[in-house]
Amino acid sequence: MLTAIIAITLLALILGLVLGFASIRFKVEGDPIVDQIDKILPQTQCGQCSFAGCRPYAEAIAAGEVDINRCPPGGESTIQALADLLDVEPKPLDEECGVEKPKMLAVIDEDRCIGCTLCIQACPVDAILGAAKHMHTVIANECTGCELCVEPCPVDCIDMVETQPNPHTWRWPDPSHVDLQRRTGS
Amino acid sequence: MSAPLSRFPGGLKLPGHKKRSTQQPIRKTPLSKHLVLPLQQHIGAAAVPIVEVGEKVLKGQRIARAEGHVSVCLHAPTSGVVSAIGEHAIPHPSGLSAPCITIETDGEERWIERQQIADFRQHSAHELRQIIRDAGIVGLGGAGFPSFIKLNPGVHHTVETLLINGAECEPYISCDDMLMRERADGILDGVEIMLFALRASRCILAIEDNKPEAISAMRYALSGRPHLSQTEIVIVPTRYPTGGEKQLIQVVTGKQVPSNKLPIDIGIVCHNPGTAYAVGRAILHGEPLISRVVTVTGTDVTHAGNFETLFGTPIKDLLAFCETRRQPDEPFIQGGPMMGYSLAGDDLPITKTANCILVGVEDVAPPAQPLPCIRCGDCADVCPASLLPQQLYWYSRAKDFDKTRDYNLFDCIECGCCDYVCPSKIPLVSYFRFAKTEIMNQEREHQKADLARERHESRLARLQREQQEKEERQRQRKAALAASKAAKAKEEATTSSESTDSVTEEKA
Repeated sequence: MLTAIIAITLLALILGLVLGFASIRFKVEGDPIVDQIDKILPQTQCGQCSFAGCRPYAEAIAAGEVDINRCPPGGESTIQALADLLDVEPKPLDEECGVEKPKMLAVIDEDRCIGCTLCIQACPVDAILGAAKHMHTVIANECTGCELCVEPCPVDCIDMVETQPNPHTWRWPDPSHVDLQRRTGS
Repeated sequence: MSAPLSRFPGGLKLPGHKKRSTQQPIRKTPLSKHLVLPLQQHIGAAAVPIVEVGEKVLKGQRIARAEGHVSVCLHAPTSGVVSAIGEHAIPHPSGLSAPCITIETDGEERWIERQQIADFRQHSAHELRQIIRDAGIVGLGGAGFPSFIKLNPGVHHTVETLLINGAECEPYISCDDMLMRERADGILDGVEIMLFALRASRCILAIEDNKPEAISAMRYALSGRPHLSQTEIVIVPTRYPTGGEKQLIQVVTGKQVPSNKLPIDIGIVCHNPGTAYAVGRAILHGEPLISRVVTVTGTDVTHAGNFETLFGTPIKDLLAFCETRRQPDEPFIQGGPMMGYSLAGDDLPITKTANCILVGVEDVAPPAQPLPCIRCGDCADVCPASLLPQQLYWYSRAKDFDKTRDYNLFDCIECGCCDYVCPSKIPLVSYFRFAKTEIMNQEREHQKADLARERHESRLARLQREQQEKEERQRQRKAALAASKAAKAKEEATTSSESTDSVTEEKA
C-alpha cells in the first residue's frame, strides 16, 4: 500500500517536473494559429472582409469573432483551407464582401495620370511608383489586384485588367471539366 | 567487359513504327522565307534580343544573349534581315504566344566568322562550357535544359560515368537513330569534349537493340579511336520508356536515382547523342546550334523521314515538303505518340526541342468517354517510377494536391504507360499534368503572397515610424516652446525680483 502511494507520488513528481521543464523549454512565442490563418489568406490586403488587411482578419478569425467566408480574393479554395485548418464546416462566400474574380492587375493610363500621389498613398503594398506632379506606374509583379487605388484617382486613369497567362504560368485544363464540356457538347 | 544489365519496374513493349522514317538518309529542309525564333526554347530564363528590327544578320550570328545563369544564347539560323521582334504563336500545348525574333531570309546563307578550336585540350573546361553556352546548346532529347550546366561537375560532385542516351524508346521517333547511323564520328567528337569537361572516367553509349544499324555505325566509329578505350557501347533491350533518364541509368548501372535527386548525385551525367553532336560542331567547327534533325512521320505523311531543319522553319513548310494528307489547321503531334502533345495552327516554328512531328498515328483508339476507375491496378504494374497512378488520379481529380505530393506526383515522368493500359480509358497523364501545373501555380501564389505580406508589413512599419517621428517633432516643438516660455517667464521673474530687490535695497 505504502509503496504504491510512494511510487505514484514519485511518478507524479517526475512527470510534473518534465512537463514543467517542457513548458519553459518549448515555449511558443506569439499565437501560432493566427500565423497559420494569415498564411492561408491571399495577402491581397484589399479590406473587402471589412478589416484593415489580412492579418487583422486572421486575428479576428482566431478569436472566433468572424466567419471564415469573408475573403473574396481567396475564394472557395481559401475557405476550404481555413475550414480544414480550424476543423469547421466550409461555407459559401459571403456575398456582402464581394464575389470571387479572376486575378487582376492595376494598370495606370500614363497619358492621363496627373501625378497626384493619391493612389500611392492608397496602395497597401507600395506597388505604385512615382512622385508628386510626375507620372506614376504600377510595379506589375508586386500588385496584388486589391483595387484600392481605383477609387482615390481623381482623373479615373487606373484600370483593373485580368492577368493573362503566359506559357510559363499556363496551367493544363482540368480533364474532368473537359469531359463535361464534351458531354454537354455532344 | 560490361556489367550485366538490370531493369526498371513496369514499362511496355510497344510496336516501334520506326521503319517508315528510316528508309531515306537525313535530308535538308529547304530554306523558308521567314524564320520565327522564340526567345525561350530552353528551360530557364528567356534570352534577351541584341538585334533591332531592320538589322542585317549573318548565319550563326548571335541575335539574343543569355539572361541569368540558367539560360543560353540564340543565333540566326541563316543570313537575312530581322523583320520583327514581338509576340508570335509558339509550339506549346497552351497555344499561347511568346516573344519571338522573325528573320526574313535572303537565301545567301552567308556565315559569320567561325572560331574553330583544333585542340580543345588546350582550353580549360570552364572555357569550353562558356563556348557551349554561347553556342546556344540545350538538351536535344526534348526537355531543352542548358547543356553547359550539365557539363559542370561542380565542386561537390565527381562524375564517374557519362551516359549517352541513344535508347530513343518512343515509337515513331528516329532522329537519334539516323544521327548515330550517319554522323557517328561527329557524336564521338562531342563525347570526347564532354568527357574532358566532366573529368569523367568512362562513357557508356546506350542504344536499344532495335537499332542494329546505329549500333554498328557507332562501333565502327569507335574502333577508329583507340584512345577512347573507356567508352563502350551497351545494347539495351527495347522496352518503353528505357529512354527516360532515370530508367536508362537503372538499366545500365543498376543504380536508382533517388526521388528529388539528380543523376549527378550518384555520379552519372546523361546526354542525348544529338547534344553530343552539337557540342562537337560548336567546339571543333565554331558552329552554334542553328538546326536539328527532326523526324516527320505518321500515317498521313507521304515522304516520311528525317530532316535537318533550321530553327524557326514553319512546321507547315516542313510538312509541305514531306507531303501530307493533313488539312490546314488540322492538329498534329509534336514529340511521340506517348509523351508528345497535340498542336494546332499553321504558323508554328520548329524549335530546339522539336524532335518529331507526327501526323496520323496507327491503330489509335477513337477518343472514348472515360469510364469509372475499377481499381484493376494495371497502371501501377506498368509505371516505370513505381508510383500508384490510380491513387494519384483519385487525388488529382479531387484537387487534393497535398495528397498527390505525398504520393510523389513529381516523380511521374508522364510517359503515358498508365494511359495506354487503362481499361477505362481514363486520361491519367492529363490529370497528372493538370495537378502538377496547379501545384506550381499554388507555389507561385504563395511566394507572391509572402512578398505582399512582407511589403505590407514594411509599409505599416514605415507609416508607424513616420507617425512616431511626427509626434516626436511635435513634442520637441512643444517642449521648445514651453522651454522658451519658461525662460521668458524666468527672465521676467528675475527682472521683477531684481526690481523688488532694488526696492528693498532702497528701503534699507
